Amino acid sequence: MKKECVTMLLAGGVGKRLGLLTKNLAKPAVPFGGRYRIIDFTLSNCLNSRMYTVGVLTQYSPFVLHKHIGVGKPWDLDRLEDGLAILSPYTENDGGNWYLGTADAITKNMKFIERYQPEYLVVLSGDHIYHMDYDKLLQYHKDQKADVTIAALEIPLNEASRFGIVNTDENLKIYQFEEKPKEPKNNLASMGIYIFNWTLLKEYLEADMVNPASQHDFGHDIIPTMLANQCSMYAYRFTGYWKDVGTIQSYWEAHMDLLEDDIPFSLNNDDWRIYSHDSNFAPQLIEEGASIKQSLINNGCMIAGDVQQSVLFENVRIGTDTTVDQSILLPGGRIGDNVTLKRVIVQENVIIPDHTTIISLPDEEPIVISNENIDVISVNRGVAP
Amino acid sequence: MKTMIGLINLEHEYDFLNELTYFRCGAATPFAGRYRLIDFTLSNMTKSYMNEIAIFAKHKYRSLIDHLGSGADWDLNKRHGGLFILPPQWHDPHDVSKGDLRHFRNNWDFFERCKSEYVLISGSQFISNMHYNHLFEQHLGSGADVTILTSQYDLKPEHTSCLKVEADDQGNVTAFTNDTKNNHVYTGVYLLRKSLLYSLMEECIANNKSNFFLDGIQNNLDRLKIQVYNYQGYSMIVNSIDSYYRQNLSLLDSDNYQQLFPNGERVYTKIGNQPPTKYNSSAKIAKSLIATGGIINGEVENSILFRGVKVGKGAKIKNSIILQHCKIEDGAHIENVILDKDVTVTEDQLLKGAKEQPFIIAKRSTV
Repeated sequence: MKKECVTMLLAGGVGKRLGLLTKNLAKPAVPFGGRYRIIDFTLSNCLNSRMYTVGVLTQYSPFVLHKHIGVGKPWDLDRLEDGLAILSPYTENDGGNWYLGTADAITKNMKFIERYQPEYLVVLSGDHIYHMDYDKLLQYHKDQKADVTIAALEIPLNEASRFGIVNTDENLKIYQFEEKPKEPKNNLASMGIYIFNWTLLKEYLEADMVNPASQHDFGHDIIPTMLANQCSMYAYRFTGYWKDVGTIQSYWEAHMDLLEDDIPFSLNNDDWRIYSHDSNFAPQLIEEGASIKQSLINNGCMIAGDVQQSVLFENVRIGTDTTVDQSILLPGGRIGDNVTLKRVIVQENVIIPDHTTIISLPDEEPIVISNENIDVISVNRGVAP
Repeated sequence: MKTMIGLINLEHEYDFLNELTYFRCGAATPFAGRYRLIDFTLSNMTKSYMNEIAIFAKHKYRSLIDHLGSGADWDLNKRHGGLFILPPQWHDPHDVSKGDLRHFRNNWDFFERCKSEYVLISGSQFISNMHYNHLFEQHLGSGADVTILTSQYDLKPEHTSCLKVEADDQGNVTAFTNDTKNNHVYTGVYLLRKSLLYSLMEECIANNKSNFFLDGIQNNLDRLKIQVYNYQGYSMIVNSIDSYYRQNLSLLDSDNYQQLFPNGERVYTKIGNQPPTKYNSSAKIAKSLIATGGIINGEVENSILFRGVKVGKGAKIKNSIILQHCKIEDGAHIENVILDKDVTVTEDQLLKGAKEQPFIIAKRSTV
């Protein structure tokens, strides 16, 4: 069955800089925003953009991610003819191998893509927070009659050396792509979102596959080679909220962004819903004597204490005379009485005993508390457990 | 393995929630922040491994069908069995049956086709979070013809219209009464064998009767062995505006809340995909039950807010139940009020009902 466009979502990354948060979890599966996992934003964008043929490439610690995605039901991607497919590394007659890079992951799934004989291939990554209509991107790609289109946004120049930077002429035609340049020429950064004309990309992937010098990566190998061969390549300028939650600090900041009274990026947008699983907890109960300010709170929470500037995922309990400030509490946390938490991230199902105080210092990264390290944290900080 | 068919019989549930049931049946009325009354019974059935569940719908069932859909959110969209919504639709010109007997007669194909031998029948007004398996085991062990689910309550007005039960030491029912002092209340849930259901149904229709439980079971107490299964867990009966208001607000007590929603015992409902509720810097909130999708800038006290309720700055809500997607604009003040869905309370508006008799605003109005 022919489809105009196939979407491949890269969700196999390790997310090393998220430390404890990705210890046993793929980065796209990290909880975000009080009810979601990071990949929900991209999957919901797919649904809202009418991209219905989606391959999700997984590799690192995939169990939670696989269970979460399932057959794609929350995103209406459980469909008769196409829909969502999870694509993990596999073996064949002549053996098999891990995905070696972003391009290699696509190369190894050519048979999946070819089933749909697409004109266009959309490549996305599953670890960013943003709302984007990929259909507009596709229209732009067609209007420019481009071979490749790269979505890009302006970032502060001092951060440009962490990104792939696209250098364009005034019509946004790309003449140079620099992966993490030491001296960036401008601040237009690639978002890791590409559209390719499939037949052309296929040729490049096949050549790349047998090139021993290649790292099999889009930004490092494929895009520069295509540019060198005069492929017509355009940048699509994206304006709007976009956050790469690659570090614990940026993960925490992205949550604090959500708590502003008038936020640049609203989760409560009826025109662009973000879909996810629902565990069917009862509504949250705010008890007598509780106080809640500038916070996001999900179902199943029972709160007797003071919560400010914090994000509470489902089924979190907060005891009396407890203060939670500038913190992120993942599902199932049990916070006792007379506890003080400030600028911390509490992992899933962590039990914090009564009379505990854990405060991250202003100049340090927010502390991530898990059931394994809670005793160590308390002892190191001279707090009675 | 012996299994049960579930049946939710709405035939004899009239519009018991006044304004709230002008446009919907009682079973489809929103309850406890994110549910509808029927969700409790339906979830209990799903959790008790019932794979074939039918609903006798009577009237005003559009919102019920909208809510239940394919039954997917209760895990009931199955190839084998699943959810069957059976609205009244009969074509047989010779059919003389009446009341719920008409439902049984005209939908007998459904029961015939189901492999299960037993039928558990319930209405929608008994609210609990339980498994029916213990009741089933007791029924199989006792050799009773019918087992009825009862509970003991501190008597409240809503129990007046419920049947009361007298039973001997072995739990055999000796009488059904309307004794206003008896706190042993029949909940409207009962279990019997499919073949007995059929013969009692035929008999009732032959005698021109119109109520299966009343005519087929209660009035045959002398020749049927009817056993009591007395449920000790937390439960309530909602059959009037008074009980609706009081029982909703009773869930603000954390003991009650934890008994109806113990950890790990979910009540399923239609998934709304709302984001977590957002409390802004001017929010002030105490003792309230709040569903997702809300944006709260004002004060909320001793109240229930359903999904997607927006509360403006300086607005005050007290002792009230606000159904989904209502908008309380800046400076509005409401107390002892039930707002049906999609109501807008305009700026600086003042609405106050009596504590014993909440003021109800109908769906989609602007006040």
